[in-house]
Parts: sequence; C-alpha cells; structure tokens
Amino acid sequence: MASRLVIDPITRIEGHLRIEAELDANNVVSNAYSSGTMVRGIEIILNGRDPREAWAFAQRVCGVCTTVHAFASIRAVEDALGITIPKAANLIRNLMIAQQYVHDHVMHFYHLHALDWVDVVNALKADPAATSALQQKISPWPNSSPGYFAEVQAKVQAIVDSGQLSIFANAYWGHPAYKLPPEVNLLAVAHYLEALDWQARATAIHTIFGGKNPHPNFVVGGVPMPIDLNSDTALNAERLAVINDSIAFITRFVDEVYLPDVLAIAPFYKEYAAIGGGLGNFLSWGEFPAGDIADTSSYLVPRAAILNRDLNNLVVPDPRDAAKMQEFISHSWYRYSGGDDLGLHPWQGETALNFTGPKPPYEQLEVEQKYSWLKAPRWNETPMEVGPLARVLIMYAAGHSQTKELVDLTLKTLDAPVEALFSTLGRTAARAIETKVFADAMRGYYDDLVATIRTGDTRTFNRDRWEPLSWPARAQGFGFMEAPRGALGHWVVIENGKIANYQMVVPTTWNASPRDHKGQMGAYEASLVGTPLAKPEWPLEILRTVHSFDPCMACAIHMVDATGRDIGELATGLNVCVR
Amino acid sequence: MAEETIYQRLRRQGMSRRQFLKTCGVLAGVMGLQYAAPVVASGLPERLARTPGPARIVARALASKPRVPVLWMNFQDCTGCTEALTRSLSPALTDLVTNAITVEYHETLSAAAGVQAEENKQAMMKQYAGQYLLVVEGSIPTAADGVYCTIGGRTAVDLLQEAAAGAAAVIATGNCAAFGGIPMASPNPTGAKAAYELITDKPVAHIAGCPAIPEAFTGTLVHFITFGALPELDSLHRPLTFYGQTVHDRCLRRPFYDAGRFAESFDDEGARKGWCLYKLGCKGPTTYNACAGLKWGGGLSFPIQSGHPCLGCSEPNFWDRGGFYQGQSAPVGRPTITAAGAALGAGAVLGVAVALADLAQRKAIG
Repeated sequence: MASRLVIDPITRIEGHLRIEAELDANNVVSNAYSSGTMVRGIEIILNGRDPREAWAFAQRVCGVCTTVHAFASIRAVEDALGITIPKAANLIRNLMIAQQYVHDHVMHFYHLHALDWVDVVNALKADPAATSALQQKISPWPNSSPGYFAEVQAKVQAIVDSGQLSIFANAYWGHPAYKLPPEVNLLAVAHYLEALDWQARATAIHTIFGGKNPHPNFVVGGVPMPIDLNSDTALNAERLAVINDSIAFITRFVDEVYLPDVLAIAPFYKEYAAIGGGLGNFLSWGEFPAGDIADTSSYLVPRAAILNRDLNNLVVPDPRDAAKMQEFISHSWYRYSGGDDLGLHPWQGETALNFTGPKPPYEQLEVEQKYSWLKAPRWNETPMEVGPLARVLIMYAAGHSQTKELVDLTLKTLDAPVEALFSTLGRTAARAIETKVFADAMRGYYDDLVATIRTGDTRTFNRDRWEPLSWPARAQGFGFMEAPRGALGHWVVIENGKIANYQMVVPTTWNASPRDHKGQMGAYEASLVGTPLAKPEWPLEILRTVHSFDPCMACAIHMVDATGRDIGELATGLNVCVR
Repeated sequence: MAEETIYQRLRRQGMSRRQFLKTCGVLAGVMGLQYAAPVVASGLPERLARTPGPARIVARALASKPRVPVLWMNFQDCTGCTEALTRSLSPALTDLVTNAITVEYHETLSAAAGVQAEENKQAMMKQYAGQYLLVVEGSIPTAADGVYCTIGGRTAVDLLQEAAAGAAAVIATGNCAAFGGIPMASPNPTGAKAAYELITDKPVAHIAGCPAIPEAFTGTLVHFITFGALPELDSLHRPLTFYGQTVHDRCLRRPFYDAGRFAESFDDEGARKGWCLYKLGCKGPTTYNACAGLKWGGGLSFPIQSGHPCLGCSEPNFWDRGGFYQGQSAPVGRPTITAAGAALGAGAVLGVAVALADLAQRKAIG
C-alpha cells in the first residue's frame, strides 16, 4: 500500500498549490496529483466589459509574471479587430517583454528555487577566502573579496544567533540531498541577497514605458508613451539614456552572476539530469516578432511543438484549430453543458464552477474524481510541457546559433549528452540559457528603436480602430505571449463592442494540469513520478522538480463563462497562478 | 547592532523611558489593544511590567525581541503586492529582513513548505501572541463555504480569523485586501470580501493601490518601528502621509489642466507635449495616492508621466466606477486656477463620498 504525502502549501511559488504524492516502499514517488486551490473568476468578471480595458483586468491575474497577461490581452483584441501597431511600439513592447524575462527568471532562481539546492546554514562553515577564490575563478563580478563574503557570513550568523530565522526557519537544512560544499553555499547566499537588491532596480524599462512595476500600463493599438525628442514628458534622449543604462545593468548581472552560478552549482547535482523529465512533449506560441505580429516566421522564439522528445521534427501548432487546441475538465471542478468528457476550443470555452471536492477542512483530495481548479489543456489530446525548456529545445532544434552554443557549453560543463536536457536540471539550466539570449536581444531592440526614431518614424499608437463604432458587430481574436513560465494564450470574442467570452490558457495550467479525459497526467505529475526521497518527511526532492517549472497558480486558475455566470479553474497540488 | 532591540534603539535615539511607555500606550490605543487579553509581562524590566495593561503589551513587543515578528497571509491575490514590497529602495527589503522585521510565514518567500511552513506559523502565533504584525494580501472569498481559496485544506476565512486573533496590528496591503479589489469586481463570482469586513475587533490599516507603492508600505512599516505607532489614517484607513493628497494635486501635468490644454488621443500633439490626460479618462482628480510625489522605481516615473491616464487603483471599487478611458464628469473647459481648484475639490469630496457609500453598501450587503 503506497503512502500518501501531502504538501500544502507549496511555498516559494506564486499562489496556492497542493501536491499529493504516493510513495512506494523505497520512498520513490509512484504517483502524483497536482491541485490548484484558489480561484477568483477574472474571466467571468471580464464578460460584458470594454475590450480596450481587458488588459488591466487580465494583468491582475498575476503580479509576479506581471505584464504577460496584459500583452496577451492587447494582442488578442488587436487580432480580433485587425489593428496593427507602429514599428516603434513593437520594439518598445519587445524591450518590456525581454526585461520581464530577465527580472522574473533571476528572481525565480535565487528567491524561489535556489534554497532547494543551497543549504543556508551550511554556508556558516565556509572559509570566506575559499568562496572569494571561487568567485574570482568563475566571473569578473567585483563583489569577490574575502572580506565581502565574511560580511555576508556574519549577517547570516547574526540571524541564526538571534533565534529569529525569519523566512529561513524550520526548513530542510542539513538534508542529505544537499550536495554543495560550504563555500558554494556561501556564494549562493551572498547572491540571494544581492539579487534581491538588484531586482528592485531592474525594472526601469517597465517604469519608464508603463509608469510602474508591478502592473505597468498598456494600450490597445500601441504603447501609451509618445516619442518626442523635444518634449520633457515623452521618450527623449534622457529617457533613452536611462534605458541604455538599465540594459547594461541587467545584462551584467546575468553574465557575471546568474549564468556562472548556475554552471557552478549544476555539476554537484548531476543526478537531477536524469530526474523529473516528465512528458517529453513541448509547446511554444513563439515570441519577439520582428515587425508584423502576423508573420510568425519573424519570431526570435519559433511557434512550434516537439513530440516524444524528437528534436528533428518541429511541428507548427495553430491556436485557432478547434480540433486540436482544447481544454478538458474530466478531473477539474467544472461542468460543460455538453458533458464533462468533451474537449472545448477556448473560443467555445465554458467555465461553470462545480466544486465536488471534500468539505474543508480536509486531509486528502478525492483524486479519482475531480480534484483541481485547473482545467487540463491538451494539444491534439496530448499533454504538453511549456516554459523555458520548451523554448530552448525549440530554438536549439531550429538551429538558433547562440542557443546552441549555450546549450553545448552547459552540456560540456555537465559532461552530459543532449538527453540530459529532459530533466529537472535541464529545465533550470534552460531558464538561465534563455535569460542570456533575451538579455542580449535587448541591445538589438534598443538599437533598432533608436534607428527607427532617427528615420523620423516616431509613431507609437494606431488610433484607426480606437472607437467602438469602427468595430464589426462580432469578432474573435487570439493573443499570446511566451510568458517566463511558458506558452500563454488569450482567446476573446467581442460582440457589439463588448466582451462576449474571454478564455485564458495559461502556462501553469498546461504544466500543473490534473489528469484529462484519457487519464493522462499533466507535466508536474508526470515529472514527479520516479523521484526518490531521502527523507520523506522533508520532501525537498519534490520541491526541486516542482520549482523547476516555476509554478504560478494565480495564472493557472481562471474561469470564463460564455454566459458570464460561472468561474474558472483551480490548480491541483502545485502553486499555480490561479486567477 | 543586530542584537539591539527596538526599545534600545529608541533610547539611543533620544527617547526617554517615560516617552517610550507613553508611546506604547498611544500605540496600544491605535491598535485597539484595549480588547486584548492581559498578558504576563514576564522577562520585562520591573518598570515596564508596572505600566497599564495594553501599553504593557506593546512595551513587551518592542522590548522583548530585536526584530518585529510579521505574519504574512496571501489569499485571493496576484502576489503583486509582495513583488512591490521587494522593489522598495528605501528601505530595501534586505535591510528590513536582516535588521527590522522577522517574516515568520510568507508563502512566496519561506524556505519551508507544507507541514514545516504550517509549524512555523503555529509556533509564531503562540510565541508572539498579541505582539505580531499581520499583513494581509488579497481578498477573502466567502461564497460556497469558502472553497474558492484553501491552504492546507482550510479555508481563507478560517485562516484569516485564526491569524488576526493574536495580532497586535493588521495591515491590509493592496486594493484586494483593503477594499476587495478585482475579485470583488462585478459580479464578484466568489463572494470576495476585504479584510476589514472579517476582522471587526481591531483596526486594519490600508496601504491601498494595485499594487501598493513599495515605499508606501515600507514607509508605514518604518513609521511603526521608528515612532512606535502607525501613522495617522484617513477615513478609509489609509496613512495620510501617502494618501493625503490626490494624484492630480501633485501631478506634473496639472498646470495644463489649469490652462485647459488636454491630450485628445494617445500620441497626439497634446500627449507628446505632456498636456493633461483628463479627457483620456484620467482618475487622478479623485484618487488619493502618492504616485505623483514618491513616484515608482526610485522616482523614475509614474503612470501619468508615462502617458497613460490614472486608473484610480488606490480607491475602493475602482474596477466598477466607469470606464478607464471615459472622462470624469467634473467640469473641464478652461477654468481659472481658482475655479479649477474648486471643481477639483468638489470632485475629490465626491470621490470620497462615493467610496464611503460603496463601503457602507458592501457592508450592508455583506
């Protein structure tokens, strides 16, 4: 009889996630269930509203991956209404998207994921001189003196001595699965603190173009900020200089801290190159249009899918294909008018809440029945993984040269074959690799923006279809963003100037989905099976794989109903962004 | 220095023992501690133990431990207000966490998960009973017996009431916790409520905004730690320091409002020249917040400066108060400075009245 391990809350994620895992006699995970436990019904709230305002509501799905739902929303509405945006506006959007990636990924690694690999208390045993030597060996980052690391160590010591361990209290320090030597632990703890200070200053591009972060402002048809080199309130040389500085500031941290740290830590955890592989199917909607968003061939990240780990065949998915892009609710707390085992394309999507789980307080979910507020999105009835690993594999398979160089460097560091990418470690490495690619891309977008301004093309907004009187009586659109956590899609139906249906299929909904009509596991569930636990009462190994996906529960749980009466999805087991 | 208690720090900064105890009394009043059960002030210096009950609780809280214990609860939130907290530049979160506060439970930041995280919470609620600061992020769903938000199998309502029972003070950060926010937007599918609707035995300070301005939150926290009390609050329980003026009153585009010069569209001549965004739907005249003063990103910008009208996100029910791109009904035209001030004053009063009516109505319905 397998024993059931429940982890709720899964911490160091966005939102409210619950994992229930069954362990065999050797404490290896034999079965897993992922459940999202919070829902707000933002899709329901969107019904009947002005589609030009939808971005503001949708953006509040998540404040960690802020901007991503706003982008998907304005693109969906622009797609529905046939609105194209000026060249400069597209470049400004690309800059904002790239900044989001870098900021979010660095924060995820240090503040949400690192403590799965780094033993904070063990850092007290480090010789600061040894850490200093290590730092100077792996990068030119200037905070590298023995005195600097001694000071960090003293700070940690003071917290431990105070008896108030704060966010580090009662964790898994000393767990046998921690493998880093003390000096590497100290290095990582120092960078945990540095990254926290760094990220507070790493959002200048959002603040300039959107007025604030989290939750900068957007506009359908372009960007809110005008360009006027002779105005003190528009994009001018002073604002460009701040952006230029910010790109350098952001890029340097990636080059000299984040990427070197990942490459320094990964070799101590080579066994995780064979753990957490999961589904082997990957999907990306693509990102960074060079110009016209309708030209998917211009994207830096291709719109593509990989099936059964076959890197030699990229499939092109069509988000408008009603026969292939579907959501299922057989194990989700929803009701479909035509029967719960159907799959519905999001334009025809329904979101009628139907909680049938145990009455709180409860100990275990009824996993044979419905057990999550997350729906189960499927591509051609196949579960897919989305996120950094999907994107890096697709860029790699498509022959993107920088991605290939970085992947090869990583594999060489690990002394591992390409198959090692299909793993927990591969997912975490892929996140760092794409951060480098997108950070470097920012320089190109900035240069293109300056060049565009120089030609005199300073338009940032297309007002042709701003007024609802210019819209057709009915329209439907698809908008997307390759969010840091993966493929995000919004499907909108507009009737008589108002939203008639709004459905979001979110990265964490893909990854944290419960089982579907065929009983197929979602990505988290599949990835956890086979994971050995050294000390089940301290389920560190499960956290490693779950965190490698960077769960965002608030995003994953959302509900939209064509009738405007019911609400969304709950995520099962892991913290998924549930909105 | 890490060993210095708040009491010691205040003494070092020149506060007398008498002043300290008086401050504790004021603080106790602000925090509604007259309702708190008496506690034994064991371990306190004799002189502190002799002070009246509620003040004694606060005195013990500030003198007993070097850092203020914080219990942070996330419910129907987007974690945007936690993210905002991490963006605070002065003070920085690293400084707060290492010197001023001890965050004993926070789902987004805690190293421990599941059973161990819950153990931390239970232990801190017991160890610091009557002394900890509770921060609430996100609204609380009350429909369907609370199944729309559970943590560890328990409902948000259940968890909030447990956490609030032993709190010395409560801060609701962001529009969702303070006023219900987006989950409460029509048709409020989950029966979402604000924290103050469920915590009725002690005051709840509101750091409003979507999200709250980072320094408005940390500034309030620092005020609490430095001066031993929450700052003065307005009628909607927002600190006057940050919510005493409308965005319009401090706006860099204000002179163009007074001169009657308005942008008519994004990216038109007026927009490029920095004219007023009133006709694009700006809610600055009826929105109390520090965006135009403190700004965001260390003073780098704020929404109106960046070309987008203010959404009014620090006001109750802002999601349902007319379109974001609909101009407000207050008079525009080309008013004189005096007339403009009067018109705006009327608008501001109206805004507060509407807000209060909204709150009253929700309470009545609730």
